[in-house]
Amino acid sequence: MRIPILKLNNYLLISIQTEIDDKTAIQFQEDLLNKIHKTGASGVVIDLTSVDIIDSFIAKVLGEVVTMSDLMGAKVVLTGIQPAVAMTLIDLGIHMQDVPTALDLEQGLMKLHQELGE
Amino acid sequence: MDLNSCVTIEKEWDIVGARQRGREVAKRLGFGSVDQARIATAISELARNIYLYAGDSNGQICFEIIENIDQKGMCMIAIDTGPGIKNLSQVMEDGYSTSGGLGAGLPGVKRLMDEFDIKSEVGEGTEVRAIKWVR
Repeated sequence: MRIPILKLNNYLLISIQTEIDDKTAIQFQEDLLNKIHKTGASGVVIDLTSVDIIDSFIAKVLGEVVTMSDLMGAKVVLTGIQPAVAMTLIDLGIHMQDVPTALDLEQGLMKLHQELGE
Repeated sequence: MDLNSCVTIEKEWDIVGARQRGREVAKRLGFGSVDQARIATAISELARNIYLYAGDSNGQICFEIIENIDQKGMCMIAIDTGPGIKNLSQVMEDGYSTSGGLGAGLPGVKRLMDEFDIKSEVGEGTEVRAIKWVR
């Protein structure tokens, strides 16, 4: 199973719609970095609106992909984190403080525009 | 669907299977969506522990419905016959991990649930019991 990555001008858009298992998460990490490399994208939005569970492993993979993309020069914003997911993450003790987030896809794109000054 | 049931954890995908099953049981018991997410996440952490540390030992996650006069709850039992945990107090500390994870697993499960109990014997296995009450 692979998560599709769409290209929109300078940006990459990902909407995670399926239940993510560990392998899919790792595969996605690799796919996204390769896609950034290939397209020269400057910004990435990962939309999590349809994700109803983020456990410590998925949180780790998401946090890492933000840092890895940053190293390559692409800015990542996570959007659409559900209330139940936010509460559960804090209970787990995962704060993801260095990870840029926005309420939804629209605001995520606005955030990228602002930060990248495009 | 029988609400009292067990899921065997052998493959990585069984982690997803266990948490989906657990969420379904939680939903039927009348838990709200936030508690369903808490329960599914706790199961995911427990199932991953079995997969990572006790993969060949037929570990299981079992669900039991508890009904008292004044309250109803869901008990999750994660049981394996793996290597056991030597340093139980250390694994209950936030940030401790031997697998390169975030070390949020067991202390996280304790916070997500209402009641939490862990027993482990080196060379014998580990048993975690955690209960969430319907509010």
